[in-house]
This record gives sequence, structure tokens and C-alpha cells, in this order.
Amino acid sequence: MAETETGSFVRSEGGIATVYAGDYLNKLTGEMIERECKQRLAAGCTEIIVNFSRTEIVNSIGVSILLGVIDSAKGSGARVVFSDLNQHTIELFDMLGVTKHVDVMDNG
Amino acid sequence: MKIQEFKTANVKQIAEERHRLIHTFGALAELGQEVSGSQNFQETIRTSLHLMLGSMAIMRGGVARFAKYEHEMSMLAGRGLGEDFPRTLTLCHEDERQFLAGGLYPIEISQAKALPLFQVYDQSFERGGLELFVPLVIRNETVGAVFLGRKATGEMFTSYDKEIICAMARHIGVAIAHRGIMVELERQADENRRLYDELRMTYRDTVKAFAAAIDRKDKYTEGHSVRVGKYTEMIAEELGWNEHEIEGAAVAGYLHDVGKITVERKIINAPYRINAKESVELNRHPRAGYDILMPINHPYADVPLAAKYHHERLDGRGYPDGLYDREIPYIAKVVNLADSFDAMTTDRPYKRRRPANEVFEDLQRNAGKQFAPEVVSAFYRSLLKELSGEAKEKRYRKLLGREYMETEALASTLRAGLNDLPTSSPTNIFSYN
Repeated sequence: MAETETGSFVRSEGGIATVYAGDYLNKLTGEMIERECKQRLAAGCTEIIVNFSRTEIVNSIGVSILLGVIDSAKGSGARVVFSDLNQHTIELFDMLGVTKHVDVMDNG
Repeated sequence: MKIQEFKTANVKQIAEERHRLIHTFGALAELGQEVSGSQNFQETIRTSLHLMLGSMAIMRGGVARFAKYEHEMSMLAGRGLGEDFPRTLTLCHEDERQFLAGGLYPIEISQAKALPLFQVYDQSFERGGLELFVPLVIRNETVGAVFLGRKATGEMFTSYDKEIICAMARHIGVAIAHRGIMVELERQADENRRLYDELRMTYRDTVKAFAAAIDRKDKYTEGHSVRVGKYTEMIAEELGWNEHEIEGAAVAGYLHDVGKITVERKIINAPYRINAKESVELNRHPRAGYDILMPINHPYADVPLAAKYHHERLDGRGYPDGLYDREIPYIAKVVNLADSFDAMTTDRPYKRRRPANEVFEDLQRNAGKQFAPEVVSAFYRSLLKELSGEAKEKRYRKLLGREYMETEALASTLRAGLNDLPTSSPTNIFSYN
């Protein structure tokens, strides 16, 4: 497991990469996630799990970057899973339609 | 029961609307901050696109800048448009006319197939999954465009969405317009700098030519004005003047004797010590020089003053006005030393150039009387820098000759002279109080 400069974590196991988003998903952390995900997808990863257990706020840039990751994953035939979302973030993603494009893993 | 369900649904909808508003306002606030605060234009556009796409969860999009003379939209940022999406899109007059007429409002690409742009790039827009095209019309000018794909919800864009898009697109348009203005200002500033440099060169060449013409009148002092210009320049450098002031000092040196063109040639060229009457005639040249130079709009302020006062002395025994120390403009004090030094170190019709040690004894003796000590000091330091090799260019050697600069113990004479110079002009010569 590697810790990034933004305090987020990435863990790879087989074809599955788990990205732990930081507490505030903004431009800085979002771009780190995007970079990590693209690297994993290029390396043949078939599933990206974005873990939001530490995430309290996602701003518009964060949403945009996540949509970019979803788009890239679709292009590579990979699956994107969001896990451990708090209620506020689930509501935001539902309202914006983001959850239509990913699988949401039950919390806990 | 039905009323209860209705109320619950209503509350849920209100909560969702509130949530959406907060999210959108957050994006708008960040966009405003980004556009007004960032120094990096490319990064501003990239972030602005993210904010726009993220505020409504739009899957893909791009921002382009319009170059009106090339009639081209150049992509500045894009997300998810694919490698094949064109980097530049050419517009025709009909496109431009329609965009200007419609103003900054989203055009649904599927409804605008009549426009040439959407016919020519139909395939690209389709592959990019684009649904909306927003011409960025700012102050009646198309400055760029925003391309937007479908929403993540899969729903159509509502009129409310379009209003939000317009508000955000306007921010991006203003950023592009401001960037255009800045680029144009920088280009004009560069052009002005280039023209100013050319003008300066022309002015300086003209001044040099004029100085050569002045010197031609006096066959015994050929090159005097040019040399005085050079000495003045070197002393000004040592005094720590800025580039503009140094250039001005050189010009003042070149033109200090311009008034001599009004003096009869036979007096200037007299191969003997001139008499009192001729001396009065010759001594008119500083004022005449001032009268010639004053009406000219020089880029440097003190050129006419240097011509008028370069024969003044600190002790008030100079001419034309018998000024004292602080009444004499600084540039005139520098030209005075340069002029006197050149007169002493060049052959004259009635006497040969004086040896170096004698010349520096004279400067030393007259520091505080005729010459300003701080100017003499700067002159010595400048000479010492060349003698010690600290100065790379051998400018004094070119003016005075190798032999003169290799006078025995010249450096130690100058160093000793530096220590013995009065620290300031003697107070008994002149005081304002």
C-alpha cells in the first residue's frame, strides 16, 4: 500500500486497485486519484474501487475528475466501484447521476 | 395517507433542490475565484472546465478560444473528447454571424445542423458525445466556445441548467477576453520597446554625428566632443547612475560644445593664446549651446544645462553665471571634469598634451575649487578599475593611448589621490545658510 503526497492511499491486488480518497476530494486529491487510476487501467486493472471512508466533502472539481475516471474505465472495459460513502456524498452523487455509472458498495 | 406521501415527496424534493443549489453556488464561487485569482491562464481554463462539468455532472466537455482573423476555434482544454477530436475548428462567416446574433446561450447541437460548423464537424461532435455548444460572446465579440456532453443523469438539460451554464460560461469568456487583452498589451509593449530602442539608437547616432560635426570646426581638437562624451559616460557609470542617466550623461558630453558652432572659426582655430576680446567671444559658447539645445525635446533632461554650465567652477569663478558648488547641476560638474581632462591630455595649437602625473596633480589641486571632489573620486576609481584589470574593456587606453596609461606609478598616484581628496566641497566656498 502506497501513501500519496495528499494523504490518500492506493492498494493493488490482482486486477483490482483500491484508491482511498482523502478527507476533501478537490482538485489536488482528485488529480492524484485520476493519475493513479489511469496508471492502474493502463496496467490492465479490471476494477477500480474508490474508497470514500475518510471523505467528508466532494466539490465540483472532484465530481468532474471522478466522471473522467468513470469515462476512462468504461473505455478500458473496467468496472468502477464506490465504497464507504457517507450519506451526504451518496445524496450528492445520486442527485447528479454519478451513481448511475458506478457500482456502490454497501457501507461497513 | 396520500397527503402524507405527497408531503414527504415534497420535502425530499426541496432538500434535493437545496443540495443542488449549494453544490452549484459552490462551483460558481470557486469559478469566480479561479478566474480572478490565478496567474496561469491554461490552468484557469482547465479548472474552470472541471468546475463547469462537475457542477452539473456533465460527462465530457471542452473549452476553445476563437481567433477572429484566422476564423478558428483552438481547443484550450478538454475532457473525454477523445484523441480524434480536432484541436482547431474552422468557422465560416455564417457561423460567426449566427453566434453573435444569438449571444452567449447554449445551442443544442442536434437542433443546429443547418450551421456549417455542425455539418463539417458532425462526426467529431457525435464521437465526442457532445450535446451543447455555447458561443462565448463577450461585449459583442465571440472570444471562444464551450462544448458540453450529456449529463450523468442522462436527462435533458433544463432551462435552469442552461442558465447556470450561461453564468459559468460568461466567467470563462471573460477570462479568455482578458487574456486576449493582456496578450495584445504585451505585444504592443514589446513593439513600443523595440521602437523606443530604435529611436534611442537613432537619437544617439544623430548626436554622435552632430558631435563629430562640432569637432570638425576645430581642426586641433578633432574628436574632443566624442571623447568628452565617453569620459562623462564612464564617470556616470562609476557614480552608480542608472542606465538612462548614463546615456543622458554621454549625450550631454557629446553636445557640451555645440555652442561653438556660433563662434568664429578663426578664434576656435587660433594657433596662439587668444586675446581678451576673443576670449569673451569664445566664452559665449556655453549660453549659445543652451539656446540651441533647449528647444529640442531630448529624452534626457539635463543636456541643455550641461552645455550651459560646463565651464562653471565650484568656487564661483567659472562662467557664464559664476555659479557656486550646489548651484551647478551635477551633470555639468561631470562634463566639466571630462572636458578639462581631455583638454589637458590632448595636443592644442599652442601647447602639447601634459604628462599624466602633471594632469592628476592638477585635478587633485583643483578638487573642491574647480572640480567636484566626488566626481574626481569617481573618475579615479573608474581609471583604477581599468588599471587593475577589474574592468574588462580597455576604454581609457583607447582614448588616451597605451603609453599614457602605462605611466609609471599611475595607479599608486590615483590611490594616494583618492585618500587625499576633500570628502566634500569646502563649506567656505558656498553655503545656502
